[in-house]
Amino acid sequence: MDSLRKKLDKLKPHFIKGGRFEKLQSVFEGFESFLFVPDKVTFKGSHIRDAIDLKRTMIIVVIALVPALLFGAYNTGLQHFSSVGIDPTILQAFWYGFLKILPLIIVSYLVGLGIEFIAAQIRGHEINEGFLVSGLLIPLVMPVDIPLWMLALATAFAVILGKEVFGGTGMNIFNPALLARAFLFFSYPGWMTGDKVWTEGLAKGQNIIDGYSGATPMALRSAGETADLPSFMQMFIGTIPGSVGETSVVAILAGALILIATGIGSWKIIVSVFAGGLTMGIVLNVLSVNPYMELPFYYHFVMGGFAFGAVFMATDPVTAAQTESGKWIYGFLIGLFSILFRVLNPAYPEGVMLAILLMNVFAPLIDHYVIQANIKRRLRRSKVALNINSR
Amino acid sequence: MSRLIKLKRGFDIRLSGRAEKKLTGQVTPLLYGVKPPDFPGLIPKLDVRPGDKVKAGSSLFHDKIRPEVLFTSPVSGMVTAVDRGTKRKILGVVVEKSGEEYIDFGKADPGMLTREQIKERMLASGLWPSVRQRPYNIVANPADTPKSVFISGFDTAPLAPDFYFIVENTSAADLRLGLTAIKKLTEGKINMVLDGRRNDKTILEDIPEAEITYVSGPHPAGNVGVQIHHIDPVNKGEVVWHINLQDVAAIGRLFSEGIYRPERIVAITGSEVINTGYCKMLSGGAITPLAENNVKTGNNRYISGNVLAGVKIPADGFLGYYDSQITVIPEGDHSDFFGWASPGFNKFSFFRVFASSLFPKKHYRLDTNLNGGERAFVITGQYEKVLPMDIYPMHLFKAIMAGDIDAMENLGIYEVAEEDFALCEYICPSKTEIQSVIRQGIDLMIKEMS
Repeated sequence: MDSLRKKLDKLKPHFIKGGRFEKLQSVFEGFESFLFVPDKVTFKGSHIRDAIDLKRTMIIVVIALVPALLFGAYNTGLQHFSSVGIDPTILQAFWYGFLKILPLIIVSYLVGLGIEFIAAQIRGHEINEGFLVSGLLIPLVMPVDIPLWMLALATAFAVILGKEVFGGTGMNIFNPALLARAFLFFSYPGWMTGDKVWTEGLAKGQNIIDGYSGATPMALRSAGETADLPSFMQMFIGTIPGSVGETSVVAILAGALILIATGIGSWKIIVSVFAGGLTMGIVLNVLSVNPYMELPFYYHFVMGGFAFGAVFMATDPVTAAQTESGKWIYGFLIGLFSILFRVLNPAYPEGVMLAILLMNVFAPLIDHYVIQANIKRRLRRSKVALNINSR
Repeated sequence: MSRLIKLKRGFDIRLSGRAEKKLTGQVTPLLYGVKPPDFPGLIPKLDVRPGDKVKAGSSLFHDKIRPEVLFTSPVSGMVTAVDRGTKRKILGVVVEKSGEEYIDFGKADPGMLTREQIKERMLASGLWPSVRQRPYNIVANPADTPKSVFISGFDTAPLAPDFYFIVENTSAADLRLGLTAIKKLTEGKINMVLDGRRNDKTILEDIPEAEITYVSGPHPAGNVGVQIHHIDPVNKGEVVWHINLQDVAAIGRLFSEGIYRPERIVAITGSEVINTGYCKMLSGGAITPLAENNVKTGNNRYISGNVLAGVKIPADGFLGYYDSQITVIPEGDHSDFFGWASPGFNKFSFFRVFASSLFPKKHYRLDTNLNGGERAFVITGQYEKVLPMDIYPMHLFKAIMAGDIDAMENLGIYEVAEEDFALCEYICPSKTEIQSVIRQGIDLMIKEMS
C-alpha cells in the first residue's frame, strides 16, 4: 500500500492547478479518494467525525442490490433457456444471464460516470458518489434485451437533464434511475412493453418453443388472461419474465433487510408504501367490477416492480420527503397510486414507476406542510406565553 | 416532586480516555490568556498594553458595543503580549503571573444588595461574561431581565467532567451565595437541571434557591439549550440566561471574599493523556503544566473543551473562559487504503454500517480525520435522531444558507446554539460544517435584529 501511496503522491502535482493535467483534477481526486480515504483533518467544528462517508453509504445500497442482481442474472438465463426448451443447471443459467447483464451494467456506469466526471470538473467539485447506486439501478429496471445504445441514451438523459442541470447529486427532483426508465418507456415503447422484450433472445425470434409466452404477469393481468398467471409462490421467488432485478421479491426483501438493519434506507417509507398498496388493493377488491379488480390484494406485492420500487426507488433520500412524518405520507401515497394506476389505467400495465415519479414532484409539498405544522406549534407556544405574561 | 424529562434522541460517542476521579490539587501555570474569540460576536477594545501591570480583576479589554462589560485578568502580574490574527483581530491577551494581588470589590451579602448593585459588581469584576443568553448564546445584555435562569448540573459530552464529582469538591456556601445573587437578576425561576440517569445525590438537590428538574438521555441532554427547549422555551422577544455551574461558585466567591478568582476544577481527558484526572486551575491558565510529560508522543490535537464543540489550542495554549475540560486526541493526518470498503472493526459510527456496531460496549481511540470528503446533502432523517428538540435541522440549515431571516425565525433559530448541533455535524456523512452554519445564522440574526 505504501508504494501505491508514494506513486500517487508523485503523480499528484501534475493534476493540481497549474499542473500538466489540471483538466483531470476531479478525475484524479475521484480515483485517489477511491483508493485511500484522504488524510484531511477537521479544522473547525467537531474535532472528530463519524467513520461513515458518502462512499460507505452508497456501497451499502449497492450491497443491498446484490441479491436482486444475482437473482436477476440467474432468472435471465432461466427465462432464456425455458424459451428454447432447455432445462439449465443453476450455474448454467446464472452464467448465461450474467454475461447478458454485464454489458448493461458497464454501459450504464461508463456513460453515467463519464458525465459525472465532466460535470465535477466543470464545477470544480469532487466527484459525488450518487451514481454508484443509480448506475446499478438503471440496468436492474430495464428489460434484458434493451439495445445498448438506448440504454446509453437513457442514462445520459437521466444524468444530464435529471440531475446535473439541477446542480448534481443531492439536488435532483426525480429519481435518476426511474427517469432513465421513463425516458425509454415513452420514447421507445416497443422496447419497454409487450411480451417479447423480457426474455433474452425472444425479440430476435430464436427457436422459441411452443407454449412459452414471455409475457409478464402484469401484461397477462392487463389482457385479462387470468388462467396463465404464475402462482403466488413463483412470483414471490421471481422465476418469471420481467425487468432484470424486479422479479424476485425474496431477493428484494433481503436487500430491504440490509437497508433497514444498517439504517441507510428509511423503513418508514418501505413500510408505508406497502401499507398504501395494501389499502388500495383491498379497496379495489371490495369495489371490484372486473377480473383485474378481483385479483387478491396480496398478489400486487409480488407482481411487477412494486417491491423493487418500494425498497430501492421510493427510499432514495434525495427525491423522497425529507421530514419523518412526511415520509409516512409520501410512501403511503406511492403505494396507493401504484396500485390505482396499475389496475385502473388501461394504457400502462404497470404504475409503480409513474407513481414514484409523481410523488417525487409532491415530496417538497408534503414537507412544506409538515414544516408549517412545526412553525404553527412554535407560534402557538409563543402566543400562550404572551397571554400568561399579559394577565 | 421534581420533574423528570426523558429524552430518547441523541448519541453517546464512546471515546476512550475518561478522566479518573481523583483531584491532584492546585495547578499554577505562569501564563494566563483571555481570548476574545471565546465570546462569539464580541468586538473587543483593549484596556491594556504589553508591559502594563495588572491585578486579578483588572480589565484587559471591554465590549465595544456595551462598554460596561469588562473582561478582566484572572491573576496579578504583567501583560506580556497581545496575540493578533488576520486583519489585526485580537486573539488573546496574555498575562504573566506574579504575586497575589486582587482588586477588592468588597465583601457583601447578596441577599441585602439590590439587583443593580449585584450587576455592577459582576460587571466590574469580569464575572458578567459568565452569564450567557438564549437567543444567540452570547454574553447576556445587562439591560435585560430574563424570564428564567438555567444552570446545567451535568455534562453529557464525550469524556465530559463529572459535575457530581466537581460539586463534591466545591464550596457549597459559595454555590448558595452565587445562586442568591443570580436569583436577584431574574423575575422567574432558577432552573437547576440534574442528570436523570443517575441515582446518587448531590448537595445541589438541597439548595432552596433553585428549582430542580431531571433530564435523562444521551448527549446532548446535558446541553443547556436542549434543557431550555424542554423546560422553558425561548420564544421571539424572550430572553433566558444560563450560567456554568462552576461560575456560580465564582460569583459566590465574589461576594464572600470580595475578589475575582475564577477557579475551576478541570478534567484532563483523552486517549493520548497518560494520567487523566482532575485539577484545580484558574480560568485562562496555560495548559502546559497539565500536558508536559503527560501526553503520549505523536502528532496530537489539544482541545479546550470537548471533542464536539471545543476549540483547538496549541500544546501551550490557554483554557477557554467557559471550559472545564482539556482533551488530547491524535491527529488523523493519515490516508486509509480502501478505508470506506473495509469491514471496520475499529471504525466507530452512529450508523450500523461497520463491524464495530457488533461491539456495543467498546470504547475507541478516535482521531481528527474527516473520514471522507465534503459532499452535498444526500441522507435525510439522521440529524433528527441526534437532536432532541422539536426543530427540523435540515430545513434550518437550508434557511440559514439561503439567508432567509423569516424562515430562520420560524424554524427556531432563537433556541439553538452551535453546540446543540455538534452531533449532527459529527454524524453527517456529507461532512458539512454544520456548527459554522449555525453560528453564521445567529450572526445574521444579531445583525438584522439590532
